[in-house]
Amino acid sequence: MASMLRCCSASGCRSAGGEALQQALVEARSRAGAGDGAPVIKAVGCLRLCSRGPLVAVDGPAGSVLYGEVPSARAAELLEACAAPPRAAAARRALASHALDLRHPFFALQEPVVLETCGLIDPESIDDAMAHGAYSTLHRCQAELTPAQVREQVRLSGLRGRGGAGYPTGLKWDTVALQPPGPRWLVANADEGDPGAFMDRAVLEGDPHRLIEGMAIAAWAVGADQGLIYVRAEYPLAIARLRRALAEVQARGQLGSLRLRVRVGAGAYVCGEETALLASIQGRRGNPRPRPPYPAQLGLWGAPTLINNVETLAAIPAILRRGAADYAALGTAGSRGTKVFSLSGAVRHTGLVEVPMGTSLRTIVVTMGGGVPGGEGADGGVKAVQTGGPSGGCIPAALLDTPVDYEGLRALGSMMGSGGMVVIDQATGMLELARYFMRFSVAESCGKCVPCRAGTVQLLQLLDRFCDQRASPADLAQLHDLCAMVKATSLCGLGQCAPNPVLSTLRHFHQEVVSALAVAPGGAP
Amino acid sequence: MSVLTLWVDGAAVAVPAGASLLEASRAANVEVPTLCHLDGLAPVGACRLCLVEVDLPGDGSPTRLVPACSTAAGEGLVVRTATVQLQRFRRMAVELLFAEGNHVCAFCVANGACELQDAAVAVGMDHSRFPFQYPRRHVDASHPHFVIDHHRCILCTRCVRVCDEIEGAHVWDVANRGSHCQIIAGLDQPWGTVEACTSCGKCVDVCPTGALAHNDDTTAEKRAARERPALLRSARERQRWHNQGGPP
Repeated sequence: MASMLRCCSASGCRSAGGEALQQALVEARSRAGAGDGAPVIKAVGCLRLCSRGPLVAVDGPAGSVLYGEVPSARAAELLEACAAPPRAAAARRALASHALDLRHPFFALQEPVVLETCGLIDPESIDDAMAHGAYSTLHRCQAELTPAQVREQVRLSGLRGRGGAGYPTGLKWDTVALQPPGPRWLVANADEGDPGAFMDRAVLEGDPHRLIEGMAIAAWAVGADQGLIYVRAEYPLAIARLRRALAEVQARGQLGSLRLRVRVGAGAYVCGEETALLASIQGRRGNPRPRPPYPAQLGLWGAPTLINNVETLAAIPAILRRGAADYAALGTAGSRGTKVFSLSGAVRHTGLVEVPMGTSLRTIVVTMGGGVPGGEGADGGVKAVQTGGPSGGCIPAALLDTPVDYEGLRALGSMMGSGGMVVIDQATGMLELARYFMRFSVAESCGKCVPCRAGTVQLLQLLDRFCDQRASPADLAQLHDLCAMVKATSLCGLGQCAPNPVLSTLRHFHQEVVSALAVAPGGAP
Repeated sequence: MSVLTLWVDGAAVAVPAGASLLEASRAANVEVPTLCHLDGLAPVGACRLCLVEVDLPGDGSPTRLVPACSTAAGEGLVVRTATVQLQRFRRMAVELLFAEGNHVCAFCVANGACELQDAAVAVGMDHSRFPFQYPRRHVDASHPHFVIDHHRCILCTRCVRVCDEIEGAHVWDVANRGSHCQIIAGLDQPWGTVEACTSCGKCVDVCPTGALAHNDDTTAEKRAARERPALLRSARERQRWHNQGGPP
C-alpha cells in the first residue's frame, strides 16, 4: 500500500489550523521532490479526537500512527514518518510527543458502523468513496431484494430514530410505503441544533456519500422518487460537500431516477421538529403543527413523506451490507446497534465516539473521555452528564453506571436526544445550567403555542430568582407546577421537553435547589 | 356517510366521520373552552385551552392530551374534557396570556365582548399568579377604518387565517419568534399602506380581544361578528346564500 497522510478536514480540525497543516504538507512534499514513492496527502473526515486537532493519520510501511496538535512547521517530519522503517523511525521518535495512543479506550472501545469510512475516505471524491464500497449496497439491494424485503431488514435490525425520539425506523418506512398509491417524498433531517451536538456534522462533512446511499435505499424501499436534505445554514462546509457529492453522484447516474437536493435552513432551531421542517421546506413559517396526521401520512405538499435523521439514514448501508441480525447483535434488547455521541464540556478527550447502545455513561465519559481535566476519583471529577441538550437533562455522577439507551435515559428524566453529551464539572451550578438551557428554549420557541411561548419566559424568570438567591418556597412550588404544565400541554416536542433540564435538576440535585432558596429575615429558609 | 360513536365525559355520542373532538363535545352538550379556534377557519391548536384527555379504545396506552379543535374523532374513543388536571392547566394557560400582554379590561374596547375575558371567567381565574411582563408594544392606527393594538393581541392568528382563507388577501402574518412574536401587516409596514388590504373588516370581526377594532369605537363598544367565517364558508361550500332564500 502506498504510504498516505490522512489530514482531518472536518470543521473542528479546520478551526485548529488543519488546512494550513495540509498546505504545509503539500509544500514539503513538493520540496522533497514528488517521485513515485511520495506519500499521498488526503483530506478526510473526522478522526474523532477533536480536542487534539489538527489531527493527521500517518499510514506507512512502519504502520499507522495518529498525530495531534502538530504545528505546520513540522510537516517535513510527518512526511518522513511515512517512509520505510529505518528513515521513519527517527521522525516518529521526534514526533513522539504528538503521537496519540490508538490503544487508548477512546479509540479502542469505538465500534464504527455509521462512521466506518469516516476518516478513511476523501469526502470530496466519489471515486474514493466508491473504492471503499459506497453505493455497492444500494445496487445489491436493487438487484437482489424487493422494497418490502429491504424494509423487513430494517425492521429486523431494530434500528430506531437517531434524532432523539427513538421511533422504530422500519415501522416508519412501512407506514410511508403502505400509503395509497401516489408520489412520496424523502427528507433527511440535518438540522442538528442542540448545543453540544455535532455527530451529524461529522457524517455530512466526512462521508456524504454514505448519507446519500442510505437515502437512495430508503427512497427505493418506500417508493419515493424525490428527496431533500434539510441542512442548517450554520454548517457551510457540510452544505458545500453535500452539494458536491450530490452533483458527482448524479453525474455518474448512480441514483437512477431519484432526484435529491439540498435545502438550507434559515437559522431556526425549531425547524429540526419534523412538521416545522416540512413547513419551512414549503416556504412557510417554520412552525410545528399538531400531529396526527403524521408526515408519513400527510407531508410535503400533501404527499406521504419519510423523514429520518442523518445518522439513521447513514446506518442503513451498513445494516443492509452486514445483515439485520449482525447489526441487531450490537446494543441492548430495546435499543439495537450503535450510537454516535459528541463528547464535550469539562472532559479531557473531546470529540466523537461511536459505541454500542447500552454502553455505560461511565465507560463513555470516564474511561473513554478521561473525565474532567485534573479530576480525581472513580467518577473522574464528573458532577453530572448532560444528555439530549435543551430537551434532555442532567444525570448525576452517582448514576454513571446507567447503560445508555432510549429507555434508560428516559427513566432518569433525561433523554437520548440526538447524541450530544456535555460533561459537567464540580464547579458548575446545576441551576445555572438549567437556566442556560431555558434561555435557549425561550430564544428558540417559535411562539405558536401559549405554554412554550409564555410559559418558558416565566420559567426563566423563576430560575433567575433561584440563581440570585431570591426564590421563596412558593416559587419552588410554582416552578414544579409550571414545568408540569408546559411539559403536558405544549404543542410540539420542543415545548414538551423544554422543562426537562429543570425537572432533572429538581430531581437529582434537589439539595442544590433548596439551598438556593432565599433566607427569610427570621433565619430559616 | 359513516358515523363514529365515542364517549365524551361519560355520554355516548354519534358524529359523522371526519368530525373533530370539539364537534363531538358539542354534540354531547359539553362546552370545551376555546380561544384560537373559530368555526369556519382552519384549526391550529395553538392556545391549548381545548386540550382534552383521550384514551384509545382497548390498548392500555397512557392517556393522551390532545387539542379537541384539531383532533379527529375516532371510533370508541373515551374523552374527558374537564378533569381536575385539565382545569388546572387551562387556568394556567389563561394566566400566562394575561401576564404576557397588556390586558386592562376597564378601558378596553372589547370589555364585555372579549373571549379572553370570557375564558378567564370560564376557567375561574380571578388573578394571575404569574408576574405581569408589561411588554412594550405599539398601536397601528394608520388604517382609515380600523386599528390594531398589539398590547391586546394574544397571537391566536384568527386574523391571519380569515384574511388568507376567507378573504384571500393574506394581509396579516406573524413575524419574529417566541415572546417577540407579533402580527404584522403586509411586509411589516403600517396597515394603512398595505395595498392588498380590501378593508373588508373580517379580521376585526373575528378578533377575540380588543386588539383589532373599528377606530371610531371606544371603551366597551367592540363590534365583533365571530360567526361570519362559518357562515361564509358554509355558504360557499353549499353554494347557498341568505339572500337567495332557503336556510343558510
